[in-house]
Amino acid sequence: MSIILEAIRQIFKSPITLKYPFEKTDVPKDFRGRPVWNMQKCVGCGLCSRVCPSGAIEMIGKGLKAEIKHYVDRCIFCGQCSESCPRNAITMTDEFEHAGYDREKMIYEYRRES
Amino acid sequence: MAERICGICSDAHTTCYTQAIEDLLGIEAPPRAKYIRVIIAELERIHSHSLWLGIAAHEIGFDTLFMYLWRDRETVMDMLEFISGNRVHYAMNTIGGVRRDIPSEMTPKIKDGLDFLEKRIKYYIKTISSDRTIQKRTVDVGILKPKDAIELCAVGPTLRASGVKNDVRRDDPYAAYDEIPFNVVTHDGCDVFARIIVRCEEMLESINMIRYALDHMPAGMLRVRVPMAVEPNEAVSRVEAPRGELIHYARSNGTARPERYKVRSPTLANIPALCKMLMGQHVADIPIVLAGIDPCFACMDRLALIDVNTGRKKILDFNSLRENIRRMRGNCP
Repeated sequence: MSIILEAIRQIFKSPITLKYPFEKTDVPKDFRGRPVWNMQKCVGCGLCSRVCPSGAIEMIGKGLKAEIKHYVDRCIFCGQCSESCPRNAITMTDEFEHAGYDREKMIYEYRRES
Repeated sequence: MAERICGICSDAHTTCYTQAIEDLLGIEAPPRAKYIRVIIAELERIHSHSLWLGIAAHEIGFDTLFMYLWRDRETVMDMLEFISGNRVHYAMNTIGGVRRDIPSEMTPKIKDGLDFLEKRIKYYIKTISSDRTIQKRTVDVGILKPKDAIELCAVGPTLRASGVKNDVRRDDPYAAYDEIPFNVVTHDGCDVFARIIVRCEEMLESINMIRYALDHMPAGMLRVRVPMAVEPNEAVSRVEAPRGELIHYARSNGTARPERYKVRSPTLANIPALCKMLMGQHVADIPIVLAGIDPCFACMDRLALIDVNTGRKKILDFNSLRENIRRMRGNCP
C-alpha cells in the first residue's frame, strides 16, 4: 500500500528527469571526457600511444615532428594517456557526447603549426 | 581493459585482475589503496543490487517500484562519478594500488548520499515485505534447497538466500575486508523473495561498511612501484562481485604479456542452479526466476561444445553458431 502513497506524493513534485538535449547535468570536476592534445607541449615521445590499452592513439612520425591521430571510436576514456604524459600535454575535457553515425568522423588529428 | 568485461560489476573485474597480477609480481597494494578499493566495491554493490531490484520489480510487472528504485540509484551513480570521474567504468584500480584518492573534502558529500540511500532502502524493504503483489509473485517461486545450492556450486546472493553463509569477503578476505566489520546476510526462504531480501539487506550492510571505511581510512601512498619483469608463475584471485564469487586466473611465462588468462564469472556458476529452480514452475514465473540469479549474459558469453562420445572439444564463435542454426533451420535466410 505504501507505494501508492509514494506515487501520490510524487504527483505534486517536479519531475526528476531533465529535458536532455536542452538541459544538461553538470559534469563533476575530474570527469574523464575526450582527451585533447596540446601540440605546443608535446615532445613526441610516443608514451601515450604505447600505454593506451585499446590502441586508440596513433603516432605518425617521430619526435618534435610527430603528429597524433586519436580514434575516439576506440577510446575507452580511462585517462591513462593523460596520466602518463611527461609534459602534461594531454588534458581530459568534459566532452561526453561522442555518438554518431560515421566512424570516419570520430578521428581527431593533431598537427603541429610550424 | 579487464573493466570492459562487464558494465555493471566493472570494479569487481578490475580488482580481481589487479590482485591476480599483483600476486604474480609479488607486490601488495598500500593500506589506503585497499580501503579505497573497498569503498568503490561497496558503492558498486549498492548500485548493482538496486539495478537488479528494479529489474526484478519490472519482471513481475511492478514498474512503479522499478522507476522509483532507478531514480534513487542515480544518487549512487552520481557519487561514483564524483569520486572516479565516470559513471560506469571507474578506472580506479591499477596494478599496485588505485589511481585516484578520496580526499577528506569528499567525505561529507558521500555521507549525505549514504544517509539518503539508507532511508530509501529501508523504505523499500518495508514496501517489499508488506506488498501483496510482490509476495504473490515471489514467495515459494524458484525454490533452491540449501543442499542443491551447495551441490550445484551456486554463489553469491543466490547461495546466501538458501541459508548458506558463504562470502569471499569473509572466507578469504582481500583488500581491507579483514579490518572492516560486517555481517554476512543470509535468509532461509530459498525462494525469489529471499533473494530480494538478501540483496536489500546487503545494501544496508554495504552502507555501514563504506561509513566505517571512510572514518578509518589510513593515510599513506596510493600505489607502489611495479617491477617491469614478471617471473614465470601462475596466480588465482577471488573477489566477491555483486553477483557472487568471481575468479580470475593468470599465468605468466616471463614476457610482458600473459600466457593464459581465464575469467570465471559468477553468472556461469549460477546457471546449473537455475535449472533446478525452474523445475515444476509456471511458464509465467520463468522471467523472475531467471532474473533471480541476477544473470549477466555478457559476462558468460562463451560456448564450448564437448562431444561426450569422442571427448572432442569445439569452441564456437558467434558467426559459426549462426551458420549452424541456419543449417538446422534449412532454407531460412
